[in-house]
Amino acid sequence: MHDLGNAFATALRLIVGRDHDLVEIVRLSLFVSITSVTLASLAGLPLGAAVALFRFPGHRLAAIVLNAFMGLPPVVVGLIIYLTLSRSGPLGVFGLLFTPAAMIVAQALLITPLIAALTRQVVEDLWREYEEQLRSLGAGPARALPTLLWDARFSLLTAVMAGFGRATAEVGAVMIVGGNIDHVTRVMTTTIVLETSKGDLPLALGLGFILILISVSINGGAYMLADFVRRRQA
Amino acid sequence: MNANDPAILPLALRGVSYEAQGARLIDDLSFELTAGPRTVLLGPNGAGKSLTLRLCHGLIAPSAGTVTWQGPGAGQAMRRQAMVFQRPVMLRRSAAANLSYALSLRDVPMSERRARVAQALDVAGLSPLANRPARVLSGGEQQRLAIARAWALRPQVLFLDEPTANLDPASTRAVEELIGEVVRSGAKIVMTTHDLGQARRLGDEILFMHRGRLIERASGQRFFTAPQSPEAAAFMAGSLLW
Repeated sequence: MHDLGNAFATALRLIVGRDHDLVEIVRLSLFVSITSVTLASLAGLPLGAAVALFRFPGHRLAAIVLNAFMGLPPVVVGLIIYLTLSRSGPLGVFGLLFTPAAMIVAQALLITPLIAALTRQVVEDLWREYEEQLRSLGAGPARALPTLLWDARFSLLTAVMAGFGRATAEVGAVMIVGGNIDHVTRVMTTTIVLETSKGDLPLALGLGFILILISVSINGGAYMLADFVRRRQA
Repeated sequence: MNANDPAILPLALRGVSYEAQGARLIDDLSFELTAGPRTVLLGPNGAGKSLTLRLCHGLIAPSAGTVTWQGPGAGQAMRRQAMVFQRPVMLRRSAAANLSYALSLRDVPMSERRARVAQALDVAGLSPLANRPARVLSGGEQQRLAIARAWALRPQVLFLDEPTANLDPASTRAVEELIGEVVRSGAKIVMTTHDLGQARRLGDEILFMHRGRLIERASGQRFFTAPQSPEAAAFMAGSLLW
């Protein structure tokens, strides 16, 4: 109990004092997560909407696969990226292993199915409501796709936020492909794992606080923004 | 309606049936619709009026029989007709943007859209609400906006599915006046209703339906003074049971 109290105090000191290492780690974490969520959204939103709107052979299978891949184990994804990017792997020539780029790739692959699966559900429900009207006006599924994504924007923000949450909290994949190298690929989650195993609880705990704080404030901010815009546009 | 476009009417239904989950909802429907008179599909709930409208508009395909546009412009039939639904779907954008979206789907050039949107809003009496989000408009305003949206497309045929079923008397009147504007533009009106008063006011010709079948077709005047079928007589007496 005494240790925990000490840890809290030290953690607070690190945060308030903007400890240099801490700031660097937080900054890299945000960079990696935000970039991967952006990439995953660019791929996942249209992908999910396409599975919702187009009828093709294997359509049901695609929907099932998306849903199943929502829960992809990060360590397995990490391992696959590791094998692909390692010197002897197919993409080894790019020398991306143990760089932030590799971490971004791994997280984007993890999150894309999550965003796509949630998007599919949202867009499918909306299409049920809009289909007759849009077809009557002259829009087929291809033309309806951007329209539905835009009209579902508030619900889809939740899907993107879920992706962001998964990215910031994830540790297995970034540990494997990033390697947790000090000043290069060390992010909040990998640091927490490392410092905990070393017994340096204050830094681990401080990062834990910040991780939760970031998650809460970004989600809260997004919620309030959506609420504000929704109230103006209905 | 653009006078230079070749006509898509007449529309012919021949032996049209529609089945869903083993139930025959539309049974051997044959009739022809020509340009001119306002056509009202009348009948009790469940008579198959809305399905018939959807079959005509091409939103659903018949299980048997054919739906054919017979005019010289038939190849462009879908682009020259429009439909207003009982509960209109408004996109999450302004009233004006809902109109220009519809125009963009019909490839109306950007330079023309703004004027057409303004004109349609004006006709519907919605100009002051142009920049309001469409979804916060009242039910009556949304229905007028839906008709304005359809009217802006300059359709040769406008289908209306119970356009006033959920509206109060004042809104109903506003919607009926707006339908009058559409008629003046030269469009053919085909609408469904179960409201006898409305059918009297708007129906130049009545197609009376019951249990998925066309029971009687007559001019409005004749239908309401001397219905030929016992079902129609019973419907008007309020004693037709489904």
